[in-house]
Amino acid sequence: MPTVSVKRDLLFQALGRTFTDEEFDELCFEFGLELDEITSEKDIISREQGDQKASEASDVVLYKIDVPANRYDLLCLEGLVRGLQVFKDKMEAPRYSRVNPLNGDPQRLIITGETASVRPHAVAAVLRNITFTPERYDSFIELQEKLHQNICRRRTLVAIGTHDLDTISGPFTYTAKAPDDIRFKPLNQNQEYSATQLMGFYKTDSHLRHYLHIIEDEPLYPVIYDSNGIVLSMPPIINGDHSKISVNTKNVFIECTATDLTKAKIVLDMIVTMFSEHCDQPFTVEEAEVVYPDGRMVTYPVCIYLCMLLRLCICTVLISSESIAQLLTRMCLKSEVTSDGAEIQVEIPPTRSDVIHACDIMEDAAMAYGFNNITRTTPRTYTVANQFPLNKLTELLRLDLATAGFTEALTFALCSQEDIADKLQKNLKDTKAVHISNPKTAEFQVARTTLLPGLLKTLAANRKMPLPLKLFEISDVVLRDESTDVGARNSRRLCAVYYNKTPGFEVIHGLLDRVMQLLEVKPGRNHGYYIQAAEDSTYFPGRCAEIFSHGKSIGRLGVLHPDVINSFELTMPCSALDIDIEPFL
Amino acid sequence: MADTGILESLLRLVDKVDGGIDSQVVASSLGVDHQVVVGAVKSVQALGEVIEAEQRSSKHWELTGEGQEIAEQGSHEARVFKAIPEEGLSQSQLMKLPSGKVGFSKAMSNKWIHLDKGHEGGPRVFRMVESIEDVVRKKLQQVQMGHSSQLEEKEKNELKKRKLLTEVTVKSYWITKGSNFSTIITKQETELTPEMIASGSWKEKKFKPYNFDAMGVAPDSGHLHPLMKVRTQFRQIFLEMGFTEMPTNNFIESSFWNFDSLFQPQQHPARDQHDTFFLSDPAVAHDFPQDYLERVKKVHSEGGYGSQGYKYDWKIEEAQKNILRTHTTAVSARMLYKLAQQEEFTPVKYFSIDRVFRNETLDATHLAEFHQIEGVVADYGLTLGDLMGVLHQFFTKLGLNKWVEVGNSGVFRPEMLLPMGLPEGVSVIAWGLSLERPTMIKYGINNIRELVGHKVNLQMVYDSPVCRLDS
Repeated sequence: MPTVSVKRDLLFQALGRTFTDEEFDELCFEFGLELDEITSEKDIISREQGDQKASEASDVVLYKIDVPANRYDLLCLEGLVRGLQVFKDKMEAPRYSRVNPLNGDPQRLIITGETASVRPHAVAAVLRNITFTPERYDSFIELQEKLHQNICRRRTLVAIGTHDLDTISGPFTYTAKAPDDIRFKPLNQNQEYSATQLMGFYKTDSHLRHYLHIIEDEPLYPVIYDSNGIVLSMPPIINGDHSKISVNTKNVFIECTATDLTKAKIVLDMIVTMFSEHCDQPFTVEEAEVVYPDGRMVTYPVCIYLCMLLRLCICTVLISSESIAQLLTRMCLKSEVTSDGAEIQVEIPPTRSDVIHACDIMEDAAMAYGFNNITRTTPRTYTVANQFPLNKLTELLRLDLATAGFTEALTFALCSQEDIADKLQKNLKDTKAVHISNPKTAEFQVARTTLLPGLLKTLAANRKMPLPLKLFEISDVVLRDESTDVGARNSRRLCAVYYNKTPGFEVIHGLLDRVMQLLEVKPGRNHGYYIQAAEDSTYFPGRCAEIFSHGKSIGRLGVLHPDVINSFELTMPCSALDIDIEPFL
Repeated sequence: MADTGILESLLRLVDKVDGGIDSQVVASSLGVDHQVVVGAVKSVQALGEVIEAEQRSSKHWELTGEGQEIAEQGSHEARVFKAIPEEGLSQSQLMKLPSGKVGFSKAMSNKWIHLDKGHEGGPRVFRMVESIEDVVRKKLQQVQMGHSSQLEEKEKNELKKRKLLTEVTVKSYWITKGSNFSTIITKQETELTPEMIASGSWKEKKFKPYNFDAMGVAPDSGHLHPLMKVRTQFRQIFLEMGFTEMPTNNFIESSFWNFDSLFQPQQHPARDQHDTFFLSDPAVAHDFPQDYLERVKKVHSEGGYGSQGYKYDWKIEEAQKNILRTHTTAVSARMLYKLAQQEEFTPVKYFSIDRVFRNETLDATHLAEFHQIEGVVADYGLTLGDLMGVLHQFFTKLGLNKWVEVGNSGVFRPEMLLPMGLPEGVSVIAWGLSLERPTMIKYGINNIRELVGHKVNLQMVYDSPVCRLDS
């Protein structure tokens, strides 16, 4: 969920009134937002870098507001204020429109075929006769950053470039070139670099280095030129210095290059709907033409209103359709009840790209109505409950194992390769373990293939407790299995350990006998259970047996090998029981 | 128990004095070792409130072995003086005397004797004074007679330095009469025995009182883990509400069931390497229901079922990627798909409580794995009011009447349900929360590692109470 921070006083000024913190918190809640924190730049710096560094910082009060992830229209002060004012009936939702240029032809962006392999899409638009102030300018930059971080997925899907149109001249060309063939002076630098040099230069840039990987290994880098060969930008990394905008810029050329065209259209719509407010003709945006390599021409921004019909049978709030229409209109979704009264016609503005289905409209209606005002009802759904048989057996066995004097442990399902192999003196290849490709630390390399390491680690963490220690766990391990759709399956295991000055094989053997008694399996060769000497490198030679039930091997028990005991940082003899309980379902 | 004779002699002595008596005094008046008296005091104390004994400690001075010798035979210097006749004694002979060496230098410094080095026949020692007073011996005799207080501290310390005196700490008891004082000992029985029951002798016996302030002996038992106790209660609540348990024993899931089937777009941040554990082996899943997969692909990339869709290039390669499931909703999706394949739809209520995995940054409240509790209801015409009603019933059973931020709830999107083949008009409401969070709130645990994993303190497990969520 993105957090937007706005200056409180600017916000109140724009809203035309002041609020107490509590009142504003309440308003946020009603509108589906959350006032997350009240702070100031000074507070933030002093918390992160200490009081000394903060002494110079501003103590203007900041509201940090959590905005739902897909509400890109609330990511800047302009959009937030507009949304709240419409919600509180202080203004009508503005009508956004795309217009032709007053004089001459629309700006044109020509895409060449070379972009296809690296970043094939581009859209563009112009904000004509805009008036920035320092606050508006900051908000404009901040909105681009917020969009980059959220819908643009850190510039992988879409990258935004904004330019002072009066410093460049169209038509513009969006192409892709070999890194050594691109040379320009990047934003806020004093000299020209080749693209290859730039990629090295930005390796240490705390902000830009996160985006280098997007094109780094590509043979061709995307680049946009004007008709005089001036570089506007090298998306998604950096703009050129030549066309940079300032607080005095009057005409802004906006280009978005993308790997996902839908997202690029949304991003462009978002920027122009939010900031056209500051144009001489408010809420209008000048169109631009994009020409594809195949000659196809598309005019942007999309900036259209979609119509959706809401059938009242799926309405979940027992209020009149007129009231619902009113509620929706307050959410910037202009609505009218159709003449036959059975449906509501809803107009989705270009700012509400998050509305893709009637159910999104209903959600807005419910929010405007107030979730807490909805009458609670009980579904009449009649059902009979069943337990999952494996879990039912597990629950029953857990109780009886505790009754038998063993204490339940709860250990992690993920662990290191070492835990399930080296430390148990097993070969990793023989473990049938599933492997994780992106673990942050060794603790999460594999899913466990046995419960034993977790229990031994629990013993190690509790060496100071009085002996004997008797632990058990009944839980799942994960094994590769070609016969399932994902190639792996869980297996429910029962594992127990006895840790004392004496190995206590008889104790763990007694526990096996008790478990078999609980499972109604009698001792015996054919239809019962028996144990038989086995070789297992985890166990002390001659002190390990395999357990058979109804002729099938279900696990092992024995005295652990001293090297295993050492590798888990234990010092006393230890015996263990490890069985599969799924055969007993 | 000490000999009854000693006990009664002790009690008679206590009876005679007013205000109490010191155990040291008892020892000397009974002519026994002090330790015997201490034993007797302990034995009498065990009989109840017969006497009261307060422990005291006192210091006194005692002669060392050498000190005793001097008290009897005189100091070394005095013995040297006495050994020298009128005509003197040769130094070599003097040195052969037992006290010779020490006594010679002390007597010299006391100016009792002098040495004539130039005497013919070798150095010779003569008396310098007529008579002497053996002060050291006198002082030691005073200490021996128990009058050490008559000596000054400085004098005692000097004698201590000469290893003639030593300071001893003595622990003793100040014994006074107790509330049940008696000079006669009645032997008390500690426990009832089978013989007493058989013979009826218990009727005549007196029994030693129990100390009810002491703790009992802890029973030799096993214990269930507190988080698992809470899990049992949640299962119970769902079963009471008529919810059937889903088979969640599949930690490995395909991205298809974990994300795509839930209409989560392939570029969603949750599908990032930073949030989800992907598998390298086995890396991909196979065998998807082909028709359904096509419908999922279509609703993502083109829309349908009244939806605009996300309009992006949906890739099977992304859906095939195996992961450790990030929520049990992946299982709910499989169950709802299965339900949709029934010939006729029947309403269901499902629940599960099982492990899920997130490749998150770990802190005091976040681990890479936790238990998710999930409830799902599918039926025709379910409303938001129904969701709020079911949640209210569920949280009331939890004993949470206040709306606490512990989970999420909602209505599944048509873009998820309709491609599965569920009939139009069927809504599915669902909610989820973690098992750990309410458990930590309930038991006041701040660090999740104190609850889950191998670093748990077993004492905490041993000591954990029963779990009643609603009280």
